[in-house]
Amino acid sequence: MPIGLYILASVIKSAIVLLVLLTAVAYTVWLERKVVGHMQNRWGPTRVGPFGLLQPAADGLKFLFKEDLTPPHVYKPLFLAAPLIAVVFALTSIAVIPFGNDIEIGGYTIPLQITTDVNTGVLLILGVTSIGVYGVALAGWSSNNKYSLLGGLRASAQMVSYEISLGLSLVGVLIMAGSFSLRDIVHAQQGHFWGFIPNWNIFHGQIIGFFCYLMAAYAETNRIPFDLPEAETELVAGYHTEYSAMKFAMFFMAEYANMITVGCLATLMFLGGWNGPLFGPPVLQAILPVFWFVAKVFCFLFLYIWVRGTLPRFRYDQLMAFGWKFLLPVALANLIATAIGVAW
Amino acid sequence: MLSIHLILFLAFGAVAAAGAINLLVQRHPINAALSLIAVMAALAGEYMLLGAEFVAAVQVIVYAGAIMVLFVFVIMLLNAGVEEQTKGSRVAIVFGVPGMLLGSLLIAWVVLKHSGTGDVAVGALPGAPNVIGQLLFHEFLLPFEVTSILILIAIMGAVVLASKPPVPGGGPAKKVQD
Repeated sequence: MPIGLYILASVIKSAIVLLVLLTAVAYTVWLERKVVGHMQNRWGPTRVGPFGLLQPAADGLKFLFKEDLTPPHVYKPLFLAAPLIAVVFALTSIAVIPFGNDIEIGGYTIPLQITTDVNTGVLLILGVTSIGVYGVALAGWSSNNKYSLLGGLRASAQMVSYEISLGLSLVGVLIMAGSFSLRDIVHAQQGHFWGFIPNWNIFHGQIIGFFCYLMAAYAETNRIPFDLPEAETELVAGYHTEYSAMKFAMFFMAEYANMITVGCLATLMFLGGWNGPLFGPPVLQAILPVFWFVAKVFCFLFLYIWVRGTLPRFRYDQLMAFGWKFLLPVALANLIATAIGVAW
Repeated sequence: MLSIHLILFLAFGAVAAAGAINLLVQRHPINAALSLIAVMAALAGEYMLLGAEFVAAVQVIVYAGAIMVLFVFVIMLLNAGVEEQTKGSRVAIVFGVPGMLLGSLLIAWVVLKHSGTGDVAVGALPGAPNVIGQLLFHEFLLPFEVTSILILIAIMGAVVLASKPPVPGGGPAKKVQD
């Protein structure tokens, strides 16, 4: 493919993915308010549009028009940079996620993924998410507020601790697929065993790995029950206490974009990616893989919200003890068991 | 003609050099630490250009993502202030600057003179994850394991140093009055 066409295809793909991702972020917020509302015997948003469906647009406008306060004693360069860092790295990690098989347009094969299939896709996602910590940590520090600082410190300690379990829980899958490429990992999960059970890693010996990933991922994205960095009962709002208007919205967007990335990664690594039953005319067959992928990510996001509506928050010492004394040994044991199983 | 490869190489190199200079110029420790992160990220970009994807990813995950987070964490926790500068360190001006220039010239000369400086095609050197895995766990297994034991000893040393000193007589540690 000539370089000009390649760049054009990349730009179009980036624009589409970004648009879909930001819309998904907005409607995940809507979904969360709605679902948690129903779980708590409330309605959630109902006023703006049918079922409150235009609520995200109204919220977006509100964030844009609110007064953007900068408190007097903050360290300005980092105070301004922190939300940018958070949102940029949250949106970057989606670039290596593949959404389906290659498609062919006019004789050229175009992968359904912003970058081409790099052989270190998983590592790149881990790297980008590990850089994302700086957004939260620097926001907490530069705000010059003790609650923010505590939130930032908690966030960085928590994310560094759980990153290890997160990485280890993925290594089992990597051993089974024998590749770092997300596309190869999905291809390794094609087909069925015993006639009907899909060959997904979660059914294929990685169920413990999946649960380790699930818990570490909740901690990485600062969600309940691990949302200590912004625990409102003790820290006002944690690291984003001093932020208002669009700067606050950036942290909000970063959190939800991270949730979606984590959901995509879980789908690719454990839930078979875009594998699923294909039927009907060719057009439908072309669309179905993307549909299965999105459906699985949606289930994962729904689980996130469900857990938020169900579980209370941990204490900080419980969080650390759980991460280091339980999750890490379990993830290690899973890795060793997988390695022995594969070597057998 | 400038190829994209060369443009990217120069861009990453410029970021790395600018970050390194900024690291020295900045007076606040947190700015210095952030400059160091920029240097490491730019170096990761250079590794990527060389076709060493795995090394690039590890550079970002381990250095920029884990070690530097702990650096920033400690700076935040101690709330380290602006560094005090002393003027008139004549030793630094008279010996430091020429010494540094001499040293860099020496290193550049040695590198140019005593190593093959022929062109290397992208991907010609081992950089793929599976190749690195083969090298680490077959050819260099012993040094690799010895290094990991060395790191383990360092970790245990840190734990011992950080833990409270034992009370003489073997009794329970004295409680600090609240």
